[in-house]
Amino acid sequence: MIGWRLWLPLLAVALLLGLFALQLGRPKDDFVRSALIGQPLPPFRLEPAVPGQPALASTDFADGRPRLLNVFASWCVPCAAEAPQLTALKAGGAEIVAVAIRDKPADVAVFLARYGNPFSRIGGDPYSQLQIALGSSGVPETFVIDGQGVIRHQHIGDIRAADVPRLLEELRDAG
Amino acid sequence: MRLLLALLLALLPVAAPAQDSLPPAPYAYRQLDDPRLEREARDLMDSLRCLTCQSQSIADSDAPMAGDMRHQVRTRLAAGETPEAVRGWLIGRYGDYISYRPAPGATTWPLFAVPVLLLVAALLVIARRLRGRSR
Repeated sequence: MIGWRLWLPLLAVALLLGLFALQLGRPKDDFVRSALIGQPLPPFRLEPAVPGQPALASTDFADGRPRLLNVFASWCVPCAAEAPQLTALKAGGAEIVAVAIRDKPADVAVFLARYGNPFSRIGGDPYSQLQIALGSSGVPETFVIDGQGVIRHQHIGDIRAADVPRLLEELRDAG
Repeated sequence: MRLLLALLLALLPVAAPAQDSLPPAPYAYRQLDDPRLEREARDLMDSLRCLTCQSQSIADSDAPMAGDMRHQVRTRLAAGETPEAVRGWLIGRYGDYISYRPAPGATTWPLFAVPVLLLVAALLVIARRLRGRSR
């Protein structure tokens, strides 16, 4: 009579343990993704990050051409590591604009001289205001922006060689 | 002996190159002049997650980005925005993850429903027992 009910607590514990095993088995994901994918860029106007190179504003994106927006900083080691991949992306036909986070013009100039300058425009963001407005949680990050200024894709972390064709494809899809 | 000393010296932590050379944002470490606004800012910053050190609040963290977020919070409050509007703006950028204050939603409703269900179940059990005893 009471026989099958005796197993209920065991079943409940087994279900709970199963849930734990399922969740613990998933790879850890610390990335905080931007909630702005599919939405237009927030309006902004930055000062030039380095003398002699045009600054960046949200209005620069409304000309119908898709672009990569690279969020970087001269003090960021992975940003130096992804420099060859940015050069490869430019060679692949991508137009890349950038925002330098918490940076001094002199430091940005040294960084560009050392690691190359694939950027057509660079804005300076001394208090991370644009970075926060973009929902970006660190450097480096790269956003794919379509020709209407809508954010299409976010790449978190440094761009590896294997990411280059994928980003070029995202850029084509955004065009 | 001298070699040992040299080895020991080599073990001393060398200051890593500074993360960035810019000074903190004006309101990263400076309180607002209006104590009421500063209290509101403090309450809000205590419940916003630092993106660099993900288990700290931006009020607790010394990460440069947390300082920049404190600057944002304080300047927005000083400009007349309400704390909940600033929280909403940040959730709009980073999702619920940025806020330590859970809000009922599609994935969080069990969190709010389970205590109510347990309370109802407990009351039912008690009611049944009491009735059983009075009989």
